[in-house]
Amino acid sequence: MDALPVVLTIITASTPLLLAATGELVTEKAGVLNLGVEGMMLVGAIAAFATAVSTGSGLLAILVGAFSGVAVAAIFAILTLTFLANQVATGLALTIFGVGLSALIGSSFVGISLEPLPQLNVEFLSTIPILGELLFGHDVLVYLSFIMILLAGYFLSKTRPGLILRAVGESHDSAHALGYSVLTVRYLAVLFGGFMSGLAGSYLSLVYTPLWAENMTAGRGWIALALVVFGTWRAGRIAFGAYLFGAITILQLHVQGWGINIASQFMTMLPYIATVVVLVLISQDRTKIKMNAPQSIGKAFRPAK
Amino acid sequence: MKTEKLLFGLLILAAAIAAAVFFYKQSQDVSKKTMSTAEDTKVGFVYVGPIGDHGWTYQHNAGRLALEKSLGTKIKTSYVESVKEGPDSERVIQQLASSGHKVIFTTSFGFMNPTLKVAKKFPNVKFEHATGYKRDENVGTYSARFYEGRYIAGVIAGKVSKTNKIGYVASFPIPEVVRGINAFLLGARSVNPEMTISVVWVNSWYDPGKEGDAAKALIDQGADIISQHTDSPAPLQVAENRGVKGFGQASDMIKFAPKAQLSAIVNNWDNYYVERTKAAIDGSWKSQDVWYGLKEGMVKMAPYTNMPDDVQALAKKTEDAIRNGELHPFSGPIKDQTGKIVVEAGKVADAGMLLGMNFYVEGVQGSLPK
Repeated sequence: MDALPVVLTIITASTPLLLAATGELVTEKAGVLNLGVEGMMLVGAIAAFATAVSTGSGLLAILVGAFSGVAVAAIFAILTLTFLANQVATGLALTIFGVGLSALIGSSFVGISLEPLPQLNVEFLSTIPILGELLFGHDVLVYLSFIMILLAGYFLSKTRPGLILRAVGESHDSAHALGYSVLTVRYLAVLFGGFMSGLAGSYLSLVYTPLWAENMTAGRGWIALALVVFGTWRAGRIAFGAYLFGAITILQLHVQGWGINIASQFMTMLPYIATVVVLVLISQDRTKIKMNAPQSIGKAFRPAK
Repeated sequence: MKTEKLLFGLLILAAAIAAAVFFYKQSQDVSKKTMSTAEDTKVGFVYVGPIGDHGWTYQHNAGRLALEKSLGTKIKTSYVESVKEGPDSERVIQQLASSGHKVIFTTSFGFMNPTLKVAKKFPNVKFEHATGYKRDENVGTYSARFYEGRYIAGVIAGKVSKTNKIGYVASFPIPEVVRGINAFLLGARSVNPEMTISVVWVNSWYDPGKEGDAAKALIDQGADIISQHTDSPAPLQVAENRGVKGFGQASDMIKFAPKAQLSAIVNNWDNYYVERTKAAIDGSWKSQDVWYGLKEGMVKMAPYTNMPDDVQALAKKTEDAIRNGELHPFSGPIKDQTGKIVVEAGKVADAGMLLGMNFYVEGVQGSLPK
């Protein structure tokens, strides 16, 4: 069997995970836990699909999808940062809200088919055997997912604003005392998370399966959340984790196709088992958690008057 | 914190209002669509999915529209869509029954027990439950012999395939689905004994992402025909993009795959809904168990496209033979995977074997999940 198409399929399966996880990484590094990734992805997915169907423009659709994610994230930001609502409860509510809202908007778009986005092919390069197809045969969002995780990693570890963001996530009181605006930083981080989730949703409804179906994210938002912990808040490990998840998802289908006798339900469980195992392994090592986990995560910031 | 409590209160209030509006709207939906004069017979439908799913529910709703067209002013129809299987469905069925509906079609397997429960309370209302196996004096059941269509699809696949390999995206290992896989391969092997099927179970009726991934995996392993027993057009879309062929499921999906769809096995409930409603109106309605196929028109084939003329002719011939009863898809000799003969030459599989099918026929790759 030719391995190349399998690799290409794994890339498409991993991209939405990587996009959403990149956003959540930045959000969590600023000390905010947004569990509403699934909801933001769904709203992004339907907004992008609706735009693509009505205007026919893929680029516009991606933008609308991403900024719909931002809009939903803004609700979360206002509730948790300005009104200090509990982040866990609000995040869960946001997911349920996103499922409902996207289904409502999407009801008139069920059963419509869409031409996939024109691929951003670099013509002469993609004719290079194997390497060309592997590196250059993809659509815009695949490249964007790589660029964004690289930028996020660089931003968090090498730039001054990135350090400020991390300071806010480690100890909002100290950051506040130093004169940094905790709220501004966190608002921006949450909105960025929404932007990336919206992109991930757009990828699902525009490229992955170019149609709209209720609840089509099917738990990918939750996997993205798990990936951030899986990667211990490190960009490189998150990218690795996203591709590991994508690979397991696709390979379990191949294993079935080869007729290997393993219960398919068990194979469906595998990615989730992998998360649990990694979580347990990481938790064994306390320093590792301490080194990377933002200390103020999930805590509401109330500035001293 | 005061603000936190206030906010929490507001959230709960908002949720309560949303729930109230939702239920009010649902009850309005039912009552609005059912306003009618005294002489009309009201017919209700309960759907498991949205009417725009382009598969299972879409076809049931087409049947409802056909009923309206055929009986016109004599009846009024109403429907409730996206009803979850379980307790929620009982509430919906009860509401339809108590608001004067004389015939109620419940169109998903999981509505079986709620339908029977409500039926006991409303002995004068006729209930029709799709794909179930429990009946009562005022509850009939109906299903279709989709496997007849699968056999024809198999014959086409056997002629069109170059790699001799079929990729089959399946939902759950229940007899209905296993029967489809076997019928498909028997059809394919009737014209090309080299054909094999690889099955991937996605453990879902509707997860477009996963269905599409499964189709990609099967194509990467050399399948050049994709068939699915799940509800979304995603596998067919993948076939279209990858340049292989496939079949539509439940309804004609040609617009999702104009170059890839060879045909589609279409569920057609139109006549049945008209016939049973007429029977209820003139008083001849009796509880029965119906399993109709091509002959009665409950299973139809979408136009044969994207194939050479001789294959098209063969497909039509096969369709006619099944319709006339000259050909039974499960005619012996049939061997299971171990090579044991399960249906002897000259015989056909009996209803018990068809309804409880729990083995793969020879040529299916892998083993059946238990």
